[in-house]
Amino acid sequence: MTRALILSLLLAVAAPLAAPVFAVQPGEMLSDPALEARARALSKGLRCPVCQNENIDDSDAPIARDLRVLLRERLTAGDSDAEAVAYIVDRYGEFVLLNPPAQGSTLLLWLAGPAMLLAGGGIAYASLRARSRAPEPGQPLTAAEQARLAELTKPDA
Amino acid sequence: MIVELGHFCLILSLAVALVQSTLPLYGAQTRNPGLMALAAPAAIAQLLLIGFAFAALTYAFVVSDFSLKLVVENSHTLKPMLYKVSGVWGNHEGSLLLWSLILAIFGASAALFGQNLPPQLKARVLAVQGMIGVAFLLFMLLTSNPFLRLEVPPLNGQDLNPLLQDPGLAFHPPFLYLGYVGLSMSFSFAIAALIEGRVDAAWGRWVRPWTLVSWVFLTIGIALGSWWAYYELGWGGFWFWDPVENASFMPWLIAAALLHSAIVVEKRESLKAWTILLAILAFGFSLVGTFIVRSGVITSVHAFANDPERGMFILLILGVFMGGALTLFAARASAMEAKGVFAMVSRESALVANNLLLAVAAFVIFVGTIWPLVAELLLDRKLSVGEPFFNAAFSPFMTALAILLPIGSILPWKRAQLGRTLRLVVPALLLSAALGALVFAMQTGRSALGPVGVALGVWVVIGALYDLAQRTGRGGLADRLGRLARLPRADWGKATAHTGLGITIFAVCAMLSWKVEDIRVLQVGESYALGPYEVALQAVDRVEGPNYLSTMATMRVTRDGAEVAMLYPEKRVYPVAQMPTTEAAIDYGLLRDIYLVIGDPQDNGGWAVRSYIEPFANWLWGGAIIMALGGLLSLTDRRYRVAAGARRVPQGVPAE
Repeated sequence: MTRALILSLLLAVAAPLAAPVFAVQPGEMLSDPALEARARALSKGLRCPVCQNENIDDSDAPIARDLRVLLRERLTAGDSDAEAVAYIVDRYGEFVLLNPPAQGSTLLLWLAGPAMLLAGGGIAYASLRARSRAPEPGQPLTAAEQARLAELTKPDA
Repeated sequence: MIVELGHFCLILSLAVALVQSTLPLYGAQTRNPGLMALAAPAAIAQLLLIGFAFAALTYAFVVSDFSLKLVVENSHTLKPMLYKVSGVWGNHEGSLLLWSLILAIFGASAALFGQNLPPQLKARVLAVQGMIGVAFLLFMLLTSNPFLRLEVPPLNGQDLNPLLQDPGLAFHPPFLYLGYVGLSMSFSFAIAALIEGRVDAAWGRWVRPWTLVSWVFLTIGIALGSWWAYYELGWGGFWFWDPVENASFMPWLIAAALLHSAIVVEKRESLKAWTILLAILAFGFSLVGTFIVRSGVITSVHAFANDPERGMFILLILGVFMGGALTLFAARASAMEAKGVFAMVSRESALVANNLLLAVAAFVIFVGTIWPLVAELLLDRKLSVGEPFFNAAFSPFMTALAILLPIGSILPWKRAQLGRTLRLVVPALLLSAALGALVFAMQTGRSALGPVGVALGVWVVIGALYDLAQRTGRGGLADRLGRLARLPRADWGKATAHTGLGITIFAVCAMLSWKVEDIRVLQVGESYALGPYEVALQAVDRVEGPNYLSTMATMRVTRDGAEVAMLYPEKRVYPVAQMPTTEAAIDYGLLRDIYLVIGDPQDNGGWAVRSYIEPFANWLWGGAIIMALGGLLSLTDRRYRVAAGARRVPQGVPAE
């Protein structure tokens, strides 16, 4: 419901302007299937700058369309994937990257999960170890009792 | 008049909640039975009062009372009755009222069904529940009153957001709220136990049903939301790692961890402090979710400025409850002494691993969700964290969980031999690996995700079935079948829920890796090939609905000349709300859905058409339903029905 509320806010802004366009349009697509496949894959990692959390491939916003077209222009001009993305990031900021590169302060974001797993695992291991070494309820058998037990359980000759 | 009565009842319920949250607590401290006994009638009175307020608001929506601001903003006379009613909670104010109503329902059911609870524990639990009630009623009355009148009522309303006018979405919020708010019960029990300084097996047995109920509702709520996104948003996606989706997923993960660790408390009287902490965190994540959704602070920092009052209020509630609870926890947790001793390799340790993985997974989602905010406020970097990050950072933990699950779930309690247990699961391991390899060989040139999903899914499902089989012990088939039928329902619940998880994992991987997509311009009368199917666009018509205009395509799907389905995808415009929606047409199938969407008319007279084959889509929702069913089965276990209040484990129930 909440997602819809936010979507609706966005749509409510966009709706009076024009009839909506839905995501990738056939007219935008490149005739070279290999190039188009690259464009599709890249657009799924690029965020529409005015949208909530949508990539430009799914978004209905006009600017997402502009970005899709721009991305395809760059690819057609012979850019590599990295160059085409860098071209867009240069102009729209790292905000458009849905997958923040693991460098600088963003490294913290990427390492947060593994770090917590290690820390939590360490704490759990230490406390489990301490617990499993805790004395069992009841006294262990003495050496004499052990010997007697062995004698009792010895199969009859 | 009725509306004013509802408003009055809401204010009155705040007064009752204030009484409920203070006097019984004082009574429990001073061992005053009269004050303690006040809690139960207060909780029931609160339910009646809020129930009346909710009924009054519903009435206003049903009769379209346009003197009420909320009705004007969210309803319209032409709207179908179902959506007039669901419009009550399809907005901020009404959803808060629903939240408070559900809180009161849980409080009252604890008062009614908790007759076996020790009076002090019961008084404290209800008092904490009352405090949460006070917070949310104050929030509603001070910042988001649903009963505000308009001086000059308009002739008609502005209509409910058309995206919300959908059966899937009409029931999505109530289920989600039942889950969120249900976790408040686990929270109240945790706080009461901290105040008392005692946690024992009986406490574990009281907390688990509430956690199970919340988890079942959350599961259904999330699945409904995901299903809605799938058929309504028009490109067949089912999960977007959106902040508001994450807000519901984090409590689900923590609740799943909690209902596993509560088993350890119940059966082995260990992990007490950790279980208490999880109970606090589970409700904390519910509040965080509410904050994320209601303040808009994560999605856009500017939305926060639009409504700073509401966001600040929820932040205040979050701060008070989490700050208070964690302080109490820090002060009292050391009093929770573990009784049960267990070895490093044991069922207990396996459940610790389960808890660790679930908690870390929730933490990863939390960090990813708030990272853009942190980066902007502290580092002055505007960045996004989206689907690629979550897929990469979350999946490893779930994969590890799925690999460990079948082994952990058959490890003996207390002390186990890893080698012996591993030998037991070798056949399951070989079978799942072989199936994964087979699928990998069959699908050439695609990602490894599909085969991995097959292997993991089969592994988890076979593990769950094997767990059941192993519980029947040794002996002849007849003996074992007899024992299988007599197994406690908790065992059946466990196996069912784990099977559901396996199916869900498989379906997610299948949908992500084997989806077929086609986007093209089509003239009326033309057809094209979609996988093994042939799709023809036969006509495009203008159709008028009750409160919308529609462009409806007629499309025929055939396979080898035989008709598979006639599908009618639509594009609707709701004139009152000035909003367009897509209504995809879906032919649901056991192994695949055919998913058709009609787009815009093109300059050359054709239509943009998108079509998808979604493999195993129904398995995703099916898996979620089976998981929820497992929770329900476990909930009806004999020990909750018969011995809910007994201090000791009843003798007739096996130790498992």
